[in-house]
Amino acid sequence: MYALVDCNNFYASCERVFQPQLVGKPIVILSNNDGCIISRSDEAKALGISMGAPEFKVRQELKEKNIQVFSSNYPLYGDMSQRVMKILEGFTPHTEPYSIDEAFMNFDGMRIPDFHEYGLQMKIRIMKWLSIPVSVGFAETKALSKVANKIARKFPEKTKGVYVIDTEEKRIKALKWTKIEDVWGIGFRLTKKMKARNINTAYDLTLPHNEAFIKKEMGVVGLRLKYELEGKSVLELEEPKDKKTIAVTRSFAGNITTLDEMKERVSTFATVCSEKLRKQKSCCHTVILYLRKDKYKTERQRYNFYKIETLPFASNSSITISNLAVKMLKTIFEEGEIYKKAGVIVTEIIPENQKQFHLFEEENPKHLKLMKVMDDHYKKTGERKIRLGSQDLQRTWKMKQEHLSKRYTTNFNEILQIPCR
Amino acid sequence: MSLKKAISFFRPDWENNQKHPFISDGIKAGFPSPAADFDETKISLDNVLVKNREATFYAKASGNSMIGAGIDNGDIMVIDRSLEPTNNKIAVCCIDGEFTVKRIKTDKNCVYLMPENSAFEPIKVTENNELIIWGIVTYVIKSV
Repeated sequence: MYALVDCNNFYASCERVFQPQLVGKPIVILSNNDGCIISRSDEAKALGISMGAPEFKVRQELKEKNIQVFSSNYPLYGDMSQRVMKILEGFTPHTEPYSIDEAFMNFDGMRIPDFHEYGLQMKIRIMKWLSIPVSVGFAETKALSKVANKIARKFPEKTKGVYVIDTEEKRIKALKWTKIEDVWGIGFRLTKKMKARNINTAYDLTLPHNEAFIKKEMGVVGLRLKYELEGKSVLELEEPKDKKTIAVTRSFAGNITTLDEMKERVSTFATVCSEKLRKQKSCCHTVILYLRKDKYKTERQRYNFYKIETLPFASNSSITISNLAVKMLKTIFEEGEIYKKAGVIVTEIIPENQKQFHLFEEENPKHLKLMKVMDDHYKKTGERKIRLGSQDLQRTWKMKQEHLSKRYTTNFNEILQIPCR
Repeated sequence: MSLKKAISFFRPDWENNQKHPFISDGIKAGFPSPAADFDETKISLDNVLVKNREATFYAKASGNSMIGAGIDNGDIMVIDRSLEPTNNKIAVCCIDGEFTVKRIKTDKNCVYLMPENSAFEPIKVTENNELIIWGIVTYVIKSV
């Protein structure tokens, strides 16, 4: 038996843990840079605020409807997510965090007399310990547990937030109820194609006469999905892996037209990539630089530019990676053009301790010590005060966060204040 | 003058391949530490103060209503949300949308939130109030 546990309106729920007066009130969370709406409480949904709406377009509406607005607070959400996952591990060690707010669980080999009851226990514990509401779906396969979860979420009164698909009758009823666009792995494009073939529900997808079509359109992934929906388990829990690539890319608020300005940005992106590498204790071999021009303001056809280079030795030194990125930038940057976006991507990532030594070239051993000092300082103060000379010292990692709540669980200076009156 | 050689020269023996290891760390020739067999982990306040990591949060007290319970202005409270609220426990509560710290008192059919400072009044919780017991205070950390 599998389960999918999904936190309801996770970001909004996290904010409410520390501001319980907002329970029952409409709230929304904005994306990085306060760009657009990425999480809504049920109350905000009911008021007709749509997912993904740009903030500036709905600013007036949010105000008029008295909806509380938050900037995204990833330190808080990340910590709360880890707590949820840890609590779930108490119910089965076979738990796979699937995203920040959902996890697959497997119960093979465990004797659980009543899954609905077990799901309720999970739900109640997470609610009591963390004030995070969750929905739980149980079924024989991962794809079906997703379907069960949707049903639990959609009918909270009837299901108490937990739904188990454990009979053939329930499975078929559930599949007929599930719209094709809501099936796990069916995106916007596939939905269009499916609908054109009269495949409108998850049930239609499992019909024998559609098998050839599914195979043609989705290949083996589609067939696996079909089996899973039929109740034949082919997908297992996945082991956590270190990231294969790390990318730091940003669109610029203004335009960038000079090499100096761009050098500073690229150097900063490279520094952040290196920091992430060091955090997961790995090194990269290859660095990719990405630039994007304003496609409406360039005379030429091409507006996306990539440059790839491999280091002689695997590295996670900010200095080494930044130098290489800036070197590549100098070869492809064109003065006078208008750039809209840039990024640094590091790949061919290996664990720090599996570094191969190189005969002629080796990292300057001083880098290692320096990086440690930089990391420790950043960890302690939460600010990137020690930077490379190629980075602008005045410039902060500028992000618009006008509605940011406190980092209640990750920064001691920002913990909750309780009035004793 | 004596013909006796003052210095004798020896040829090094290049034939013998035996190598002697060089131990750069040196070899300690003292008595082994008698404490080595009693190696224990260091005391960690985290382990003492936090029984349930997932359910534990910290908060700072601001105000004087709980000084009788040893919670002074500016103290850090360790709050375990997994514990059941029972009579006499000190709890972080949210009453009508406002956070506060109080001692819980229950009698037959009523709940009171008791301050620990005579300058403050107890709160009688009625059905018109909305009360959430947010978590139980288990330790107070203060600087002296």
